[in-house]
Amino acid sequence: MATVNYAVRCFVTNPSAKNPSKPRPFVVRCSVPLSPSHDASTAVQERPWKVADARLVLADGSIWRAKSFGAPGTQVGEVVFNTSLTGYQEILTDPSYAGQFVLMTNPHIGNTGVNFDDEESRQCFLAGLVIRSLSISTSNWRCTKTLGDYLAERNIMGIYDVDTRAITRRLRQDGSLIGVLSTEQSKADEELLEMSRSWDIVGVDLISGVSCNAPYEWINKTNSDWEFNSGGRGGDKFHVVAYDFGIKQNILRRLASYGCKITVVPSTWPASETLKMNPDGVLFSNGPGDPSAVPYAVETVKEIIGKVPVFGICMGHQLLGQALGGKTFKMKFGHHGGNHPVRNLRNSRVEISSQNHNYAVDPASLPEGVEVTHINLNDGSCAGLAFPSLKLMSLQYHPEASPGPHDSDTSFEEFIQLMKQAKQAA
Amino acid sequence: MILGAGPIVIGQACEFDYSGTQACKALKEEGYEVVLINSNPATIMTDPDLADKTYITPMTPELVEQVLEKERPDALLPTMGGQTALNLAVALAESGVLEKYGVELIGAKLDAIKKAEDRDLFKQAMKTIGIKTPPSGIGNTLDECIEIAHEIGEFPLIIRPAFTLGGTGGGIAYNKEEFETICKAGLAASLTRQVLVEKSLLGWKEYELEVMRDLADNVVIICSIENIDAMGVHTGDSITVAPAQTLTDKEYQRLRDYSIAIIREIGVECGGSNVQFAVNPVDGEVMVIEMNPRVSRSSALASKATGFPIAKMAAKLSVGYSLDQIPNDITKKTPASFEPSIDYVVTKIPRFAFEKFPGSQPILTTQMKSVGESMALGRTFQESFQKAVRSLELGYSGWGCAQVKELDWDWDQLKYGLRVPNPDRIHAIYAAMKRGMKVDDIHEVTDIDKWFLTQLKELVDIEQYLLSRSLSNLTKDDFYEVKRRGFSDKQIAFATNSTEKEIRKKRLSLGVKPAYKRVDTCAAEFEANTPYMYSSYDFECESAPTQKRKVLILGGGPNRIGQGIEFDYCCCHTSFALQDAGYETIMMNSNPETVSTDYDTSDRLYFEPLTIEDVLNIIDLERPDGIIVQFGGQTPLKLALPIQQYLDEHRPTSASGAGLVRIWGTSPDSIDAAEDRERFNAILKELQIEQPKGGIAKCEDDALSIAKDIGYPVVVRPSYVLGGRAMEIVYSDDKLATYLENAVEVDPERPVLIDKYLSDAIEIDVDALADSNGNVVIGGIMEHIEQAGVHSGDSACSLPTKTIPPSCLATIRSWTTKLAKRLNVCGLMNCQYAITLSGEVFLLEANPRASRTVPFVSKAIGHPLAKYASLVMSGKSLHELNFTNEVVPRHVSVKEAVLPFEKFQGCDVLLGPEMRSTGEVMGIDYEFPVAFAKAQIAAGQKLPLSGTVFLSLNDLTKPHLERIAKAFLDLGFKIISTSGTAHVLELAGIPAERVLKMHEGRPHAGDMIANGEIQLMVITSSGDALDSIDGRHLRRMALAYKVPIITTVAGALASVEAIRSLKSSSIQMIALQDFFDEEAIKTLSNKRLQSVSPSL
Repeated sequence: MATVNYAVRCFVTNPSAKNPSKPRPFVVRCSVPLSPSHDASTAVQERPWKVADARLVLADGSIWRAKSFGAPGTQVGEVVFNTSLTGYQEILTDPSYAGQFVLMTNPHIGNTGVNFDDEESRQCFLAGLVIRSLSISTSNWRCTKTLGDYLAERNIMGIYDVDTRAITRRLRQDGSLIGVLSTEQSKADEELLEMSRSWDIVGVDLISGVSCNAPYEWINKTNSDWEFNSGGRGGDKFHVVAYDFGIKQNILRRLASYGCKITVVPSTWPASETLKMNPDGVLFSNGPGDPSAVPYAVETVKEIIGKVPVFGICMGHQLLGQALGGKTFKMKFGHHGGNHPVRNLRNSRVEISSQNHNYAVDPASLPEGVEVTHINLNDGSCAGLAFPSLKLMSLQYHPEASPGPHDSDTSFEEFIQLMKQAKQAA
Repeated sequence: MILGAGPIVIGQACEFDYSGTQACKALKEEGYEVVLINSNPATIMTDPDLADKTYITPMTPELVEQVLEKERPDALLPTMGGQTALNLAVALAESGVLEKYGVELIGAKLDAIKKAEDRDLFKQAMKTIGIKTPPSGIGNTLDECIEIAHEIGEFPLIIRPAFTLGGTGGGIAYNKEEFETICKAGLAASLTRQVLVEKSLLGWKEYELEVMRDLADNVVIICSIENIDAMGVHTGDSITVAPAQTLTDKEYQRLRDYSIAIIREIGVECGGSNVQFAVNPVDGEVMVIEMNPRVSRSSALASKATGFPIAKMAAKLSVGYSLDQIPNDITKKTPASFEPSIDYVVTKIPRFAFEKFPGSQPILTTQMKSVGESMALGRTFQESFQKAVRSLELGYSGWGCAQVKELDWDWDQLKYGLRVPNPDRIHAIYAAMKRGMKVDDIHEVTDIDKWFLTQLKELVDIEQYLLSRSLSNLTKDDFYEVKRRGFSDKQIAFATNSTEKEIRKKRLSLGVKPAYKRVDTCAAEFEANTPYMYSSYDFECESAPTQKRKVLILGGGPNRIGQGIEFDYCCCHTSFALQDAGYETIMMNSNPETVSTDYDTSDRLYFEPLTIEDVLNIIDLERPDGIIVQFGGQTPLKLALPIQQYLDEHRPTSASGAGLVRIWGTSPDSIDAAEDRERFNAILKELQIEQPKGGIAKCEDDALSIAKDIGYPVVVRPSYVLGGRAMEIVYSDDKLATYLENAVEVDPERPVLIDKYLSDAIEIDVDALADSNGNVVIGGIMEHIEQAGVHSGDSACSLPTKTIPPSCLATIRSWTTKLAKRLNVCGLMNCQYAITLSGEVFLLEANPRASRTVPFVSKAIGHPLAKYASLVMSGKSLHELNFTNEVVPRHVSVKEAVLPFEKFQGCDVLLGPEMRSTGEVMGIDYEFPVAFAKAQIAAGQKLPLSGTVFLSLNDLTKPHLERIAKAFLDLGFKIISTSGTAHVLELAGIPAERVLKMHEGRPHAGDMIANGEIQLMVITSSGDALDSIDGRHLRRMALAYKVPIITTVAGALASVEAIRSLKSSSIQMIALQDFFDEEAIKTLSNKRLQSVSPSL
């Protein structure tokens, strides 16, 4: 109800509201105007705040004035919100966000700066960061750099001092939106709006842009300072081949901590080559975008399942779903946060999970024999699958956490068990 | 059966009414029959319709056992009533009582409680799961403590007694002497005579996590809280922020993992717990400090901060639900098994009352001393912090933009104010920043994290900028930038040298208005219609006000001495009653501990500071039909005139279209007439109502001549402060001169009021109800036990009256009615009278608003006065409410005050005209002595049935000595006295043993206390210099050794009666409902009932 009122308020100043087929942009005034103030007095102290110098133009026609940090320029991408209270550095370096603007709902971002330990990949793939308030200082003993400097170095755009909650409510009501972020004053609002409307994430292969180019070995375990689950490691060492669709390094660290020897391979790595490595198990990682955009990956998965135990996480889960003959669909605004309750149907326990996906597997489309093992309790969507006869397990969310709770770490142990059983049976 | 928390004391306040009320509602909703025990009448939870059986009775193990035997509950829920309930449950479990009656302990089992509360068991448990605790040792004797101190090897050391509340008896010792003093106090305070001596982690950062677990072993974290004050200040006394601001995900997840491991290891099988951590800012090392296996003040804060109702959920979990079976209260669609995400910042700031306890040092340590707190939400830390500061109602409109006293301090003084935690430290930080001290240097002395300090520094920069501008050249965007940082109009006015009104006008002309955001537990991820809101200056307003007929209720703000839970009770009742009458109710308050700020108490809740700016913003937005200012104590009352002014100027029409927005009830003008001394005097003269002789002195000579005119003793007080601040009884010219020199400044701007003090007069409190037709009904007439001169809030009282002749009561009734009519009271009015020994009646004070006694009277007479009052204000007549006659119940209700002296080292325990009690208890029975005895037990006075009484009476009260002494002798007590009193007793032929005064040599009275040779003390103070050292010391000793001490004659006589009744028969526990069921049958018609005056 409220939004209706305010949407009306926004359109009042906009005569073209009568013509809904071609809505013109309306300006959401969130800060100081771009034009210099008409205050003539020059003796006055300068304003102790930055003046707005950026715009976020959304495909629904709304324009959000904001202040820029990080890199300048113009970027287009899909806007998604993330409700995690901590872990912005992990989110920035999670390749799954490739092509997206991440809006953090927690207002204060940058408080702890950035550090060496909390990287999830070698670079930032996201299109930009949208936050309410950029920290003016950092406070943390591990901090090596401010967030602004870090993003500038990586050529990532960021904006702050924008009503992130208002945008979140829009995304919740209307679904994900394409937006354009720009610090270029020369570009007209209409031009940016046009850009946002002519861009589409559906069907775009974002994975090839984030995957590694050649196979490599991974050996790092979770740093002993942060190790949280030191019990229950068997003596066996398993060889896991991990498909990098945009893999978060914590998946690798957790597997290493569980005693696995890991070979990371590119997304296009042929199944036959993988099988030649004679792995104990194969992991299909998380990754950005639409699973339907990477049919080659689905084919790879198809060739591998049934031959060795497999574990799919996030994108990997969706690829497994498709490989099994199921359908995936785009959700309204997806799941992005660190507080989603998931029921593990096998022990009926509730796990608080870390989630980041815009697509989901439709369980009704899956063939017989596939077991839904996990359910997202917020909306009942499928959060985990198993096909015991194919030694297959998959989770839609992130058992590796980082950021997020460690409740689901036991799924790595399950994967170890799966490999162990397969090995014993062999 | 649910155990309440008893009276409000420091460290245990109305947050437990909030949790208890939620628990009662939740369990009744589930179809359980609820039996409730709580001695505190001022609570919502003890409303007779919230539980099936409500015992407003003392809470000792013996008496609770009686209730268990009578009611035979299936289960006992001890985690809602704070430390009181937990300790009681431990006692009942250990003595085998629970087993005897087959009562199951739910929420937390005995083992879990002991593991969490017993310092040694806790340390062991942490070791088992590999979580570090600070190097420490457990001492059961002073020698053991000293040995531990040696082992740890360095000061400062923290002393934490086991099983106590709010760190009572604990502290930080910087040297050996201090160490021994605190250890002694701690051993005495601990239920198990056990203290933990711990290495100090001063300077480490402090965090708290609120954890919930269900019987299926699902665990979630509701909220993380970061303390701005580093380790060393009790978390209840710290400024805290939610969510934690300076943790990375890895660090936060580590604390989360620890919290989950801890709640499992301790074995809290279901419900909420609170875990406190210390984190070394240098390397992130984590140590766990303690955990509370129950809902706490922090969980109330966390509930309000996140919208997740911890107590309600805990109650449901205790009867077997799992988290995923309960829907999230706010989204309705998603389950409660999740972790709230919030998209705002919450700041809590405690409020203190050191000024009321002269002799105590305003220093914050590990023992909690705050009496209340304000909470504020904002989109950023700066916004929420500034709002929280102005919510405190301490004269600051935010942080900075004010002429704080610290600006004039020299650097040494300022650095001391920064280094030593104290209530005004934030203002010292402001002064230091204004004077150029660097953030790094302030961090160095305060240990406050630089993240917070940098945020504050920016506020100072903004202030500097504003100071360089004039109002006319502030742009719309400037306004947005400044308002988003939480600056109030008043602060901007200060900085731009203009008025608050001008700022508001300019701001609104630029279209800069607050946008209200909703608290929804999920950062807008899911749809939520729960109307729990806070203001921001972001773009989108989500308030969506309705066009219903609606009422805005202004709450009481942070708790303080003199304004606490009683007023919250009234506000809640108003909301309930008006909802029932078909209105939409809108609550506005800033106190996180209360039931009123529960989002389902009213239809809409604005968690906002109670300042004129914030109230007008909501009036503009909501345009309610009525605004209610009568129920929140002084806070909203002070806003009445400016609101009225605004309404007169702007004449806004209500959103419902039913007319203009109006203040309901007694007009602000009438309120002013009662508060303005000169207007009030004129009215009393006109009505021929007597008041004690007095006058207004504008200089010292004035004062002396007035005093001479009316004769000593006189009551003196400054005219510009309320609530008995700086009020004193003076017996001579000398003393008056001293008072005028030291206690107050007297000048024509700030005159001093001087009134005749009526020695030995009996004080009467009256609550009356009047409707807009001029009908007046007396709600209750209460006789104070203590003589006039003791603040009514600190005095025990009895309803009905005990010794007042009918003629005096008739006068009181007639005056009260006359006055209510003359002032056009619509709603409640409270009057205080004094009756002299000769039977003369004087009016002392009249307040046309809800008083502190309303909940007590309502429960005593069985009529919800606050509800009636709110309906009357909405236009109903008393006839329509069917409340036309004064109810004088057959049973006797006694209210007793509870005082916090033990928390304030060094202050005297005497009662006086300045109110210092934090809470109250109620005793009900058919006879006064029994009711009084119940109230005493409930208040924690352990009245002895035999032993030795120490009597020491001053000259003014010596005439009563014989009567008191004989009464104690009759009861079999032995009497000891110091020289003066003993001499009088000997002359009267009463046997008394002599003992030396403290300064006369040893062994003296203090030694006897220490040796356990004195069981009860009756001391009336002479108030002279010697007494203020010697007598105070003795009284402090009595307090330390928990010897009951009575400081008034009337109190002594009532205690005698109570002891007599206790000796003759045991106390019967009777449920509140049973008093009225019985009365309904008997339908007592009391001769003393007064019929309603016909309407004029």
